[in-house]
Parts: sequence; C-alpha cells; structure tokens
Amino acid sequence: MTAPISVEITVNGTVRRAFVEPRTTLVDFLRDHLALTGTHVGCEHGICGACSVLLDGAPVRACCLFAAQVDGMSVTTVEGLAPARGELSKLQDAFLESHALQCGYCTPGMLIACTDLLARNPQPSEEEIRDAIGGNLCRCTGYQQIVDAVKLASGQEEAAHG
Amino acid sequence: MKAAPFTFHRAESLDHALDLLARHGGDCKPIAGGQSLVPMMAMRLARPSVLVDINRLDALKARHDAPDHVTLGAITRQRDMEADVALRRSVPLIAEALRWVGHVQTRNRGTIGGSLVHADPSAELPLAAAVLDATLVLRSQNGGERRVPASEFFVAPMFTAANEAECLTAVEWPVWAGAGVSCAFEEVAIRHGDFAMASAACQIQLDPDGTCRRATIGLGGVAGTPLAFPDLAQRLIGRRITATLAQEAAEEAAARSEPGTDMHADAGYRRHLAVVLLRRALLRAASAATPALAA
Repeated sequence: MTAPISVEITVNGTVRRAFVEPRTTLVDFLRDHLALTGTHVGCEHGICGACSVLLDGAPVRACCLFAAQVDGMSVTTVEGLAPARGELSKLQDAFLESHALQCGYCTPGMLIACTDLLARNPQPSEEEIRDAIGGNLCRCTGYQQIVDAVKLASGQEEAAHG
Repeated sequence: MKAAPFTFHRAESLDHALDLLARHGGDCKPIAGGQSLVPMMAMRLARPSVLVDINRLDALKARHDAPDHVTLGAITRQRDMEADVALRRSVPLIAEALRWVGHVQTRNRGTIGGSLVHADPSAELPLAAAVLDATLVLRSQNGGERRVPASEFFVAPMFTAANEAECLTAVEWPVWAGAGVSCAFEEVAIRHGDFAMASAACQIQLDPDGTCRRATIGLGGVAGTPLAFPDLAQRLIGRRITATLAQEAAEEAAARSEPGTDMHADAGYRRHLAVVLLRRALLRAASAATPALAA
C-alpha cells in the first residue's frame, strides 16, 4: 500500500541511494537514514525554520517536503557548510565570535538562511538580514547577536559584542 | 507530528496525474510545493491516502504573455514570480502581495496554484486573485477544461469550486493596459510572514488629471473568503482619490466584512484594521500613480 520509494539524493556532495517510506520527510531522512543530525527538527509544520537546508542551492524547510519528492536533487545541510573537517565557514566562525547561539537549537537553520543570504547579497543591510532570518525562530539570543554575526562575516563590523 | 501513511506517485504527465485523481477522488491530493498541504498532513488535518507529485510537469510551468493577460502555470514558484521583472510590470499586484507571503524558505517551494487551491481566507495570493478577478483553469479527466473566475472560485475557508478530480493547471491574470496604473497591498499580522489578521489590496488607474479611470478593491482575513467589492470600486470612477473618498470606500467595504474572533484579534479590531488598511492602500496607490499630485 505505502510501498517504499527509491530515491537518489546528493547530500553534501555525496550521492546517497535509499528506499524511503513515502511519508518520510526530508529532515527525517537526513537524520534517521543518513545519521546527519546537524539539521534539527523543531515544529514539524513549517514555522520554526530549525530544519532549513539548501535544496539545489535554495533554502527550504526540510520538514515540509517528503524525501521521495527530492529524488535527483542536491541537498546541503549544516554539515556541508564548513570547508573541511575540523574547520568552520567564515559565517560559522562569526557566529562563534559574536555569541550568536546559546542553546544552539536554531543554529543550523540560521546558518543555512544566512549562508543563502550572503551568497545572494554579500553586503546585506540590517533590514535585509532580519528579513532573511524572518522564517527562523530563536528563543535565546533575541536575534541581535545573529544579526551581528552576519555583519561580521560580511566584513561590515569590526568588533563583535562580547 | 508525522503524516499518516500514504501511497506516493510521481506524475509522469498531466494525464497520469488526472487519471490518479479520477480514480481515487477525495483520497488523492496533488502535491507541488506542499507548503500548506504537508503541515496539514503533519497535524493530521489532512490524511490523503494517495499523493501525486506534480512538481515535474512542464505543462504546469508554462508562462504565456498576452496583451490583456498573463497566464502562469499552476506550479510556478512564488520565489520565481517575485524575481520576475516582466511580471512586476504587467501584474504588479502579485509582487506586492508576495512581500507579505511566508519566508524565503517557504516561497522557494510554495507555488501560485498551491496557495489558491488551499484557499486560506487570510492568505495574500487569493486576495490578489480576487481583487484582479483572475481566472483559474481547472482540468479533470472526465470533465476536460473548465475556467472559473476568482469571484466564483473561493467558496468558504479552505474550500473552493474545484471538485475532487480536478487539478488547477494555470491562472490567468488580467493586465491593465495604459499609463497611470498602480496598486498596493497592506496587511497586519502578528509577525511578518504570518497569516494576516486583516489585509487590503487595490489596483487603480488614474487619468493625467488625477481622476480615477479604473479601480478594484478588496479585503482579506475578514470573512470566510477573500472579498472584492466591484460596486464600491465603481463609485471611485471619475473622482480624485482623496483621503475622504478613500475613508468612505474603506468604511463601506469593512461594514460588509464578517470577521471572526480568535486569540490574536477580535472581530471589532479586525474590522477596524480593514478600514485603516484599505484607506492606506488606496492612498498609497493613488500617490504612486500620480507623484506630482500626491501633495
């Protein structure tokens, strides 16, 4: 009845093949099938943004699409943002420097949203940064340090809040 | 929560999708962006037993520009419409409405058709379709093609004139020819990107002397469907859109609304917002159409 579906999805540059139950969301596929637990599950209905990943380069909510729909497409998760194992991307480093995370739950989604923003717009204004993270909830930082981190990563701010 | 189990089909052609819809009826749902349907399934408010993925159907992506209308395929992504400079010129109200729709992540997946068939009474694109009286093109295996104006498409909250076997294939948006065309979309929501507590939209065309030649106005979030008011818009014709006239039109429109009450706002506040937002939309559109006359 709900026969498994064959999918081939490129995740962080590696082609992954699997059979998935149709109702498996992309985020559950990443976490449960591939053990890529960097992408977080928050609300599971498209509000919190914790599950954001890049799908063919564009940010989407991984809880709001089924893995079966992503066959043949390319996904980048937070694990795929760093240039090499043990290193951080410039943006990740700026998050660290600016204290842009406390509990860390929203951080993977924030990093995906802001990575996309900086790819489209290397020198975003504060308003543009706030718009870009408008779909990502953070209950710790009050967002200011996240905005600071994006400014720092884009070379627009010398000193981070300390 | 997780969605209830279902069978998944990747549609190979529109006929394939329509065949599945004809065979399974109300148990079968087409899925494109899924930005409304998947949350509904996760909350078990929807439990289709069959999903037909229509994302790969080129027939539903077709774009056609005619002098008096633009046809957008039903699965045109919201993000693509946002970035479409030609569409901003021909049907500017779409981009105005999209400024209020969801977030980058949802607009990257969400489609024009998905928003219209979901028919949330607070959603922006249904209001834009109602205000411009767009035409929805529906197709089914047994019924062939059927064209339904937006004024007849939205029936009740989450309920449209489309029957269970039909798939929305395209939406035709009227293009207003000539100079002096302007539009505005105003909204108040708890957070930007959330569903509106109330919204208002208008499109007007002004003559060089500032009098109104053509107008359409509407309200969202204050009834079971988006509302358009052709008779009230008609009264603007031949007059200058002053603050007094805009206030009168907005008050009459809001008086016909039937807002509900929820934890965010009561009916009286929503009706108040409707007046303020529609007046604001009309004045903003008027001032954009005639910068020299704005003062």
